[in-house]
Amino acid sequence: MARDMSDKDILKMEIDQLQKEVKTAREPVSKTAKELCDFVETQSAEDPLIKGVPEDKNPFKEKGGCIIT
Amino acid sequence: MACQGLSKGETVSSLRAESENLKAKLEEERSKLHDVELHQVAEKVEALGQFVMKTRRTLKGHGNKVLCMDWCRDKRRIVSSSQDGKVIVWDAYTTNKEHAVTMPCTWVMACAYAPSGCAIACGGLDNKCSVYPLSLDKNENLSAKKKSVAMHTNYLSSCSFTNSDMQLLTSSGDGTCALWDVESGQLLQSFHGHSADVLSLNLAPSETGNTFVSGGCDKKANVWDMRSGQNIQSFETHESDINCVRYYPSGDAFATGSDDATCRLYDLRADREVAIYSKESIIFGASSVDFSLSGRLLFAGYNDYTINVWDVLKGTRVAILFGHENRVSTVRVSPDGTAFCSGSWDNTLRRWAGYSFRFVYCCIWTL
Repeated sequence: MARDMSDKDILKMEIDQLQKEVKTAREPVSKTAKELCDFVETQSAEDPLIKGVPEDKNPFKEKGGCIIT
Repeated sequence: MACQGLSKGETVSSLRAESENLKAKLEEERSKLHDVELHQVAEKVEALGQFVMKTRRTLKGHGNKVLCMDWCRDKRRIVSSSQDGKVIVWDAYTTNKEHAVTMPCTWVMACAYAPSGCAIACGGLDNKCSVYPLSLDKNENLSAKKKSVAMHTNYLSSCSFTNSDMQLLTSSGDGTCALWDVESGQLLQSFHGHSADVLSLNLAPSETGNTFVSGGCDKKANVWDMRSGQNIQSFETHESDINCVRYYPSGDAFATGSDDATCRLYDLRADREVAIYSKESIIFGASSVDFSLSGRLLFAGYNDYTINVWDVLKGTRVAILFGHENRVSTVRVSPDGTAFCSGSWDNTLRRWAGYSFRFVYCCIWTL
């Protein structure tokens, strides 16, 4: 649909959107960045690519052996 | 399309000026809360150790460029689609092909696994998204049960089931995204706001509510309310097409990969870009990105055939992975985070018994 719109219509759509967005509630980066870091720290213990995967638990490590499907 | 409510004296240039003014105002409002950088806050976070990943499996079978792939929630099955119209379902543990479908079109740019694991969706140059129920009977012709669900007016670039098999979200070269009821094929909601092709979409993690993010050739990333169709937030800091968008696991941020050779992180609550993952030596576009389970790592596939692994918080690169012989088109971390799969435009010619075969690979990487 955007392809069929005239330049004027696209600009009007943009302007409407920007007017709404200027009013969006925002939080300071100091607060939100800390929360992003905190989230990672609590989840890292469960992230196999961070804490490592023991050979016997990793289904991709060794080919062969029995897999019951 | 009819022009509505034309004010006197309104011209394209006056509208453009108004738009630029609003953009400047938006940037001003956002800057007021830009009191620190993410990597500064992350200085207290423990550094990552040495990071080494290897290809542990190769899935061979596509005859031409792999364009898209998706993991099943069972953490072992994968669906992949390619330029030659083939869609294949694999068991990634054994590398066996479980199902194969030939689409009536080439360039199957989008494919997705249903949450139940009982169906797949795919589409591309046919402008549609079709759902194929997966039969337990390996001999059954999947095409017989094919259901056309989505209809766009240009190519299908991306698709995703919502939290059930009943609804499908699609993005298209026609500049829109849309939500469909799978059973009836009915259009439930359409999303207008991009001014060029939409290339990628990603649903927010289910705990964070009904939103999704999309990115496209207008260099914008838009966040949408699925129920109302409203564009809630929009970000325009990339310098070229956004090829891929992916939510951070908490749902409070998302990452993008772009033809401008950078990946970026946008914080939804601060309403701004908070990190750029780039290096002077990286000059080719990033086609696909995905997070590790905790969100600490960002895997990004590039058109220079490499995969770069980024420390999301500190903004540094932790590894480069070489394994493909052509553009990496898709990168997806498995649902339990133990591995990721990469698909490429690799085209390896093998000769055997007087015949030539071209094999294209998907690779499964783990530690």
